[in-house]
Amino acid sequence: MAALAPTSLSKDPLSNGALTRIFGSRVKSLEIQQTQLRLWTCFRSNSGVKLKASAEPPALTREPKSDKQESIMEMGNGCDLFNEMKNNFLSFKKHKYMENLEHFQALSKAQAPKFMVIACADSRVCPSNILGFQPGEAFMVRNVANMVPTYESGPSETNAALEFAVNSLEVENILIIGHSCCGGIRALMSMQDEVDSSSFIRSWVIVGKNAKLSTKAAASNLSFDQQCTHCEKESINCSLLNLLTYPWIEEKVKKGELSLHGGYYDFVDCTFEKWTLDYKGSVMEGKNRVVVKNQSFWC
Amino acid sequence: MGSKSYEEAIEALKKLMSEKGELKASAAAKVDQITAELKTASSDGKPSDASVERLKEGFIYFKREKYEKNPALYAELAKGQSPKYMIVACSDSRVCPSHVLDMQPGEAFVVRNVANMVPPYDQTRYSGIGAAVEYAVLHLKVQEIVVIGHSACGGIKGLMSFPYDGTTSTDFIEDWVKIGMPAKTKVLADNRGEPLGVQCTCCEKEAVNVSLGNLLSYPFVRTGLVNKTLALKGGYYDFIKGTFELWSLQFALSAPLSVKDVATILHWKLY
Repeated sequence: MAALAPTSLSKDPLSNGALTRIFGSRVKSLEIQQTQLRLWTCFRSNSGVKLKASAEPPALTREPKSDKQESIMEMGNGCDLFNEMKNNFLSFKKHKYMENLEHFQALSKAQAPKFMVIACADSRVCPSNILGFQPGEAFMVRNVANMVPTYESGPSETNAALEFAVNSLEVENILIIGHSCCGGIRALMSMQDEVDSSSFIRSWVIVGKNAKLSTKAAASNLSFDQQCTHCEKESINCSLLNLLTYPWIEEKVKKGELSLHGGYYDFVDCTFEKWTLDYKGSVMEGKNRVVVKNQSFWC
Repeated sequence: MGSKSYEEAIEALKKLMSEKGELKASAAAKVDQITAELKTASSDGKPSDASVERLKEGFIYFKREKYEKNPALYAELAKGQSPKYMIVACSDSRVCPSHVLDMQPGEAFVVRNVANMVPPYDQTRYSGIGAAVEYAVLHLKVQEIVVIGHSACGGIKGLMSFPYDGTTSTDFIEDWVKIGMPAKTKVLADNRGEPLGVQCTCCEKEAVNVSLGNLLSYPFVRTGLVNKTLALKGGYYDFIKGTFELWSLQFALSAPLSVKDVATILHWKLY
């Protein structure tokens, strides 16, 4: 990574002929800082690629301002940090992978999931947990507030995944899952000044601005929490409409090869609501409003 | 309530709506929910799609075997989350961290995208991933960010195969996986002549390191690392061999070196 090269060598007249090195990079107001980056391999179960330390710390002969040096973690200490993950992986390997070896070996050759799922990054709402998706079943995108930007908004991580899932993997269903107490939606509803984009979160959740507008129009008399709940569901529908702005998605939906669904997980009551986009109905509404069918509520 | 007939109940609701029009939105949402619930429960409803039936079974299993058996945990989670990890994993259907690392609800804030990439700081182009990192580090105060790559990654294979000669064959994919270009450059230099499969495996791991490096371009990540409230790790799940590698990024700033005498420095330089 960052490589530091000494730019000048000269004798230090003050210290009896000892060599002093002055480093040219990052000289700021006569203070010199060094950034050390090392990649250490601590835990491996399979010797593969070896990672070497990339930058050796250069020797300092001038007295540092303070005696404290940031300490670099010892190799032995570092291994404790990995124990938890190591045990979790080994548990997965023993109870799932080895018990279904043939299945995993087939999967390793190719994946053919029927679902693409777009869910929130929230730690409480992993679709594998709440809906029981097993390895190989769902191609999953997780982002803040499970949003889908429009085709016109340009390249983003979400639409690269959409393209791959729809055009390469040819999934049959796209399911967008929203949830209760969503921090991202709350941030959207709390935003005062929509122009202010000093934070990433605000720059991103603005994708859901239509949901906020329709929430304010329909539910402004409700409490803030209730408005957030309303917005969480509205946002799913907005994202469903945004999916239709992708030509290759709309084409497949029209032909009946792809179905678009919305889902809402309420983890306060532990209920799940699910609905499907009625394409023909929504088109008749000029694609400004989502018309739904096959609504179901599981509790 | 139970003794009222359906008609009486509807009449009462209509009366309330005419008195308190502001409740209409809330009432509409509740009626929708009841309708859906009743439709699901009714035995002569239309038979559902097999795919959707599968989801319903999955949810009922989760509710019965997990949610109802751990009421204390789920009650706490309903109030808020405080995950220790942020994980960046690939969208590939075979590598969900909930399976591979046995992550339970509440443990990990998980971002999944094609080829588990973290782009450099850019509020215009990459606000999505930026929002996730910002939320995780500043609001949730996660202790570790783990970027996990995996074997047979379609996104990395694309990166290694796309010509990047000015032509494009995709709307978005080529643009996205280009984030890993430094990894491709390094792998091609170090593994010239090797078959594509070998190069891809090397790139899958090197791309994780590129993402770890890109994380350093987020000021709040750097602050967390310097203050030792945050650590960065890279991982590689090989589902062909059934192995997992994990490594950490060591980051440190040494104490600054202060040189007080400008004239002396200039004097040395002229020497």
